[in-house]
Amino acid sequence: MRKISAILGGLAVSALTAVPAWAQEAAEAAAPVPNPGNNAWMMTATILVLLMILPGLALFYGGLTRSKNMLSTMTQIGAAAALAMLVWVMWGYSLAFGPTPPEGFLGQFISGGSLFLSSVTSDSTAATFSEEVISEYVFVSFQMTFAAITLALVLGSVVERMKFSAVMLFGVVWLTIVYFPIAHMVWAGGGLLFEMGALDFAGGTVVHINAGVSALVACFILGKRIGYPTEPMPPHSLTLTMVGTGLLWVGWFGFNAGSELEADGTAGLAMINTFVATASAGLFWMLAEKVHGHKGSALGFCSGIIAGLVAVTPAAGNSGPFGAIVLGAVASIICFYCVSVLKPKLGYDDSLDAFGIHGIGGIVGAVGTGIVYSPALGGPGGDDFVMGSQVVVQITAVAVSIAWAAIGTAIAIYLAKLVTGLRVSEEVEREGLDLGEHGERAYN
Amino acid sequence: MKFIIAIIKPFKLDEVRDALTGVGVTGMTVTEVKGFGRQKGQTEIYRGAEYSTNMVPKLKVEIAASDDIAGAVVEAIQAAASTESIGDGKVFVLDLAAATRIRTGESGDAAL
Repeated sequence: MRKISAILGGLAVSALTAVPAWAQEAAEAAAPVPNPGNNAWMMTATILVLLMILPGLALFYGGLTRSKNMLSTMTQIGAAAALAMLVWVMWGYSLAFGPTPPEGFLGQFISGGSLFLSSVTSDSTAATFSEEVISEYVFVSFQMTFAAITLALVLGSVVERMKFSAVMLFGVVWLTIVYFPIAHMVWAGGGLLFEMGALDFAGGTVVHINAGVSALVACFILGKRIGYPTEPMPPHSLTLTMVGTGLLWVGWFGFNAGSELEADGTAGLAMINTFVATASAGLFWMLAEKVHGHKGSALGFCSGIIAGLVAVTPAAGNSGPFGAIVLGAVASIICFYCVSVLKPKLGYDDSLDAFGIHGIGGIVGAVGTGIVYSPALGGPGGDDFVMGSQVVVQITAVAVSIAWAAIGTAIAIYLAKLVTGLRVSEEVEREGLDLGEHGERAYN
Repeated sequence: MKFIIAIIKPFKLDEVRDALTGVGVTGMTVTEVKGFGRQKGQTEIYRGAEYSTNMVPKLKVEIAASDDIAGAVVEAIQAAASTESIGDGKVFVLDLAAATRIRTGESGDAAL
């Protein structure tokens, strides 16, 4: 394969040098051709995001549940991600990024014109942020993994009690009425928040605030696990959670640096930020534990890592490294407080803290991006950057996403409740969803 | 014959085993157990959720010994397993009515 493309490349070069000037001009006017380097990076980045879901998130979440629900947690994540992939190619891509958005008002919220990828071919391309393009199939795949992981993240608040069938049905509806419109609003040209100038480099709003708020609403409607909070429910394997954390961190480079859509300097900036903001957040969570009179813990380290990754997501290519370090630290401390102090007081059962880390970390990241973007703080903003107005735009984008996600999730969850019922029976919940829902045990 | 049951701290197993080999014990059975005595449990914290465990992990060592070494066995365990702090464990001695070696059918002291 490499040989063939090398030959083709050689032909292209000799053709360009040999043909007369008028032919070269005609070639320049023709459709832009993807740079294989960018394409190759984006294919790699896409697979890295898949690594975040399976096995990254599956292990991270799985380790945090009780051993009787290990398989159920991991299977829900895997199956929800697979479902999202199929929905994405059928109507998701069209709704989020299709070539022909509906005229007028509605076009700010959804797009269209590519059901079953009807507008995509091997030769079609997607624009990046410069003159370059990448192959559209690569872009479709990259964005597909984002839809998949966002749905999987939501499940963190409802595991250990939600029916598998309800998860699947909720997934289809939620993607359609929540994820695709928000992705369109934030990332697609003509989208409401995109046109407003909201900065969201890699999905702080679309993925994390969206997933976190949806998770919160879902767990409110679903109710607490039997025995919560009086029965002890310690994580069954922090070893696996740590392994999952590592895989998430590695995969997140595809998520963040890939969101530049090119292998250029901004992707490099996103990369260094994904290192240092995360490192800072991991340590600051442990520090917060210590200050709070606890011991610096492994789970604290892992939680801090995720909080940092979440917070740096919107800021990845929109911040200097030192802005990112501060952002990671601030997000980590706020998330620690929300998860360890605020959640027990409020009394809702967000099993794996999808809201406490993704929702809160996402909000801190999204608003903070409006600050660290400033060139005065080492960010990439231009000379005309005005922090005050950018922060207002960021807050507006956050508010719109929160409202949209909350209302959409309530609709999707009640629909699932109506059709399949939401919760497993009390007997199954006590015995564990592994046996009750899947007929297997994780450990024999 | 005596049947000796010792509850010890898990990390003391190797020292206890060496000490028992020294007084002529040729076999033992070890089980991981949980329990409590005067030692209170531990507190675990996961993302702010505190669980106090009132059972502490220990090892149970079971030894069948002839009457003439039983006293030495108890002393050896006591000396080897002690850290002189709370939670070191206990040794119980029971009378053993009979013993049979399955392979040969030998019984009594010969089976130990």
